[in-house]
Amino acid sequence: MAGPTLLKESGPREVFCGLTSIVWLHRRMPDAFFLVVGSRTCAHLIQSAAGVMIFAEPRFGTAILSERDLAGLADAHDELDRVCKELLQRRPEIRTLFLVGSCPSEVIKLDLARAAERLNEELSGRVRVVNYSGSGIETTFTQGEDGALAALVPLLPASDERQLLLVGTLADAVEDRLIHLFEQMGIETIHSLPPRQSTDLPGVGAGTTVLLAQPFLTETARLLSDRGATVLTAPFPLGAEGSRRWMEEAANAFHLPDERVAAVLDPLMKRAQSALARHRAVLEGKRIFLLPESQLELPLARFLQRECGMELVEVGTPYLNREQMAAELALLPDDTPVMEGQHVEQQLDRVRASQPDLVVCGMGLANPLEAEGIATKWSIELVFSPIHGIDQAGDLAELFSRPLLRRQLIRPGLHPSSPDQPVHA
Amino acid sequence: MQLTLWTYEGPPHVGAMRIAASMLGVHYVLHAPQGDTYADLLFTMIERRGQRPPVTYTTFQARDLGGDTAELVKRHVREAVDRFQPDALLVGESCTAELIQDQPGALAQGMDLTMPVVSLELPAYSKKENWGAAETFYQLVRHLLKDQAPANSEHDPKAWQQKGRRPRVNLLGPSLLGFRCRDDVLEVQKLLTMHGIDVGVVAPLGAGVEDLRRIPDADLNVCLYPEVGESTCSWLERNFGMPFSRTVPIGVGATHDFLVEVHEMLGMEPPAPDEGYRRSRLPWYSESVDSTYLTGKRVFIFGDGSHALAAARICSEELGFTVVGLGTYSREMARPVRAAAKALGLEALITDDYLAVEGAMAEAAPELVLGTQMERHSAKRLGIPCAVISTPMHVQDVPARMSPQMGWEGSNVIFDDWVHPLMMGLEEHLIGMFRHDFEFVDGHQSHLGHAGGAGAADLSALSDIPGEGDGALRWTADGEAELKKIPFFVRGKVRRNTEAYARDVGCREISSETLYDAKAHFKA
Repeated sequence: MAGPTLLKESGPREVFCGLTSIVWLHRRMPDAFFLVVGSRTCAHLIQSAAGVMIFAEPRFGTAILSERDLAGLADAHDELDRVCKELLQRRPEIRTLFLVGSCPSEVIKLDLARAAERLNEELSGRVRVVNYSGSGIETTFTQGEDGALAALVPLLPASDERQLLLVGTLADAVEDRLIHLFEQMGIETIHSLPPRQSTDLPGVGAGTTVLLAQPFLTETARLLSDRGATVLTAPFPLGAEGSRRWMEEAANAFHLPDERVAAVLDPLMKRAQSALARHRAVLEGKRIFLLPESQLELPLARFLQRECGMELVEVGTPYLNREQMAAELALLPDDTPVMEGQHVEQQLDRVRASQPDLVVCGMGLANPLEAEGIATKWSIELVFSPIHGIDQAGDLAELFSRPLLRRQLIRPGLHPSSPDQPVHA
Repeated sequence: MQLTLWTYEGPPHVGAMRIAASMLGVHYVLHAPQGDTYADLLFTMIERRGQRPPVTYTTFQARDLGGDTAELVKRHVREAVDRFQPDALLVGESCTAELIQDQPGALAQGMDLTMPVVSLELPAYSKKENWGAAETFYQLVRHLLKDQAPANSEHDPKAWQQKGRRPRVNLLGPSLLGFRCRDDVLEVQKLLTMHGIDVGVVAPLGAGVEDLRRIPDADLNVCLYPEVGESTCSWLERNFGMPFSRTVPIGVGATHDFLVEVHEMLGMEPPAPDEGYRRSRLPWYSESVDSTYLTGKRVFIFGDGSHALAAARICSEELGFTVVGLGTYSREMARPVRAAAKALGLEALITDDYLAVEGAMAEAAPELVLGTQMERHSAKRLGIPCAVISTPMHVQDVPARMSPQMGWEGSNVIFDDWVHPLMMGLEEHLIGMFRHDFEFVDGHQSHLGHAGGAGAADLSALSDIPGEGDGALRWTADGEAELKKIPFFVRGKVRRNTEAYARDVGCREISSETLYDAKAHFKA
């Protein structure tokens, strides 16, 4: 059968756990607090992933389990109540408190759902407490957002209103732009999950058409569909082509006239083509290897291959939901190796053997690969940067062309090829 | 359970990683879930390392927990040994694996591996990073050397004199993710070499397993970083009779004391007392007339134990500052820090809550903060200049240039790094003074960004004055005008003091006279 070659491997991994997604989720909802119930490792992980740049008291923290909590679970529940109350007293502006499970809390089976229920009763509506797991024994990186959003789905009010629901965190500016375009195309009611205020939850029901803005929201999509919503399957809005097909899928669901949709999108596509041209000149024919981390790897690979002319050496992904990724898989060239899971040592062996021009990888691997002479792009930057939509296609391509351009700029100066060539000319 | 928004130290297994990554030929198999691999970026990003830390994570998942996680450990140990062929293997667990009690160390020790296997037990729920580093280094050294320990430890640090060779010392404690360790080692090596003392083993930084076995060949151990090296040094003293030096050579006075200590232990003539004056520029720079304005500058110090202690001594004895706050997050070092604070008439701040540190900093109203990367952020918020003196650090605290803290050159670096932010403080004041001159172009940017400078001088938030009416204190126009002449970084403190004084003496209006009365009162 034609199509990409789907492979699996397991072994030692080099990926973040789901707690990391708190770094962007807490910025999306400024009235929410994310309290990890875990260990010093969890606290250290989040602050390291976020950098040490905390310019104010952050809206995330860790209730660090101590030996006493491990000795008696009943005490642990009392302690958690105490910590939550202390926190809410300190931060009265918080409207939603996410209790986030971690590896240690899952292993000792600390029941955070029960804790949330108990706290909700006590706080009687002043603050809403929800729980989900971001533990590394169950979730990888972006799956944390899936957990957080899935925890919100049962709280969404029932509504049969005809609406488009955009699901997945987008940069505010990008989201504004996409909503504006959908409105121009003729969709009147558009809501987002997660909302910008945690209390401003959209309704859901039979009239809801869900368009996933991010590829890692399997569980959230399933729960929304259980609530009566229709979940569209489309390529994801990365690159001009993917974004266009993503928007057209929504337009079809709302039976919008093709001419009107084209009238909105055609000029954008034209602009995107010219924005892409400069980067395509750098990227064309270059070979790229994507290591698994964010689940954005498939849509990115599709964009880089189809719109930037790159050759795909291997496309890793921590997890592959074939149903949700059907449209993406269909757009990948035949025989593209798509590797689900990871054995980081064997994967690095393949990187070294294939000597790609660019590797997309986590921060732990980037400098070591650079030191071996292989250019890299941090995957975490792709989660933090505004890259969605037709208008961002050029910027997205630039994230990949910049490391290659930089090498062209500085390598001759830093690695003089002949002995009489002055280094600092 | 403790609410933590930010932490100065990572978990103890990160300390173990620091030891493994510092050394050559040592590999660490860590029984841990996938998320724990974040720790690699501390080395590859903050230290800009071009190699991955030598760590294999077993990355067990929820579905493995029902099955045989012990087999998983053994598989990863075998794979790591085959692939990396280390000279010594560390085996341990992170917080989550500690709960499932697979005993990975014992499992690995039962696998008939050819290299030394050190089982690490680092209690994740009660200990922290520096302790983990110290314990790992100690366990590794002990494992490699315990069979060599002599029955009666008659080690004579002066024996080199009979052996026809130069005296030889080991430098113990420097590690990756320590503050300026790379450059400190070079500087201390240079310093000792200048005095005819050879450096034998430097460990863990840059050492291999065979180097550790050579530790007993030296006459003396130098405990360069007590946070990481002291437990190893004590064990070597107890079991091999090797004494160790305790002075951390940061600052002119401490470097001199360090040289005296080492020379005496080795039975050598101590160096000339004016060596520091000749070799370092700090003494003259501090004595030069330009530095007069440094006198009595209010300094707030917070960091790991060794660097906070060193900073307190340098500030009070070598730069003529007034230390207005001293503290550490290293509980292991609480006792000496408390003593040092007491000697300065202060109560030490021993905490790992950065918000408590920020609160104490605001309260002390310093003109300079010496702290960790977190205090740099806090100081920025408060508009106070800051220099970083201790871990935790950021990529910018690993400079490309040689910039030690120890020895004579370290003192030079310290003079520059600590005094330059203050110069900026003076410059801010000058900008404030001249801002009404017609030559002054609006838009002279503050070096402190938006938080600092004359533009940010509205410190009324720091005033204790209650609302209008109810017989409250009132500043007269000439009182306000006088207050504005005071440098912005102490203005808040002066305002508060003056108001407190006014209330004490029952004065309701604060004029320039009241301000001077208050000043005289507090200086008296």
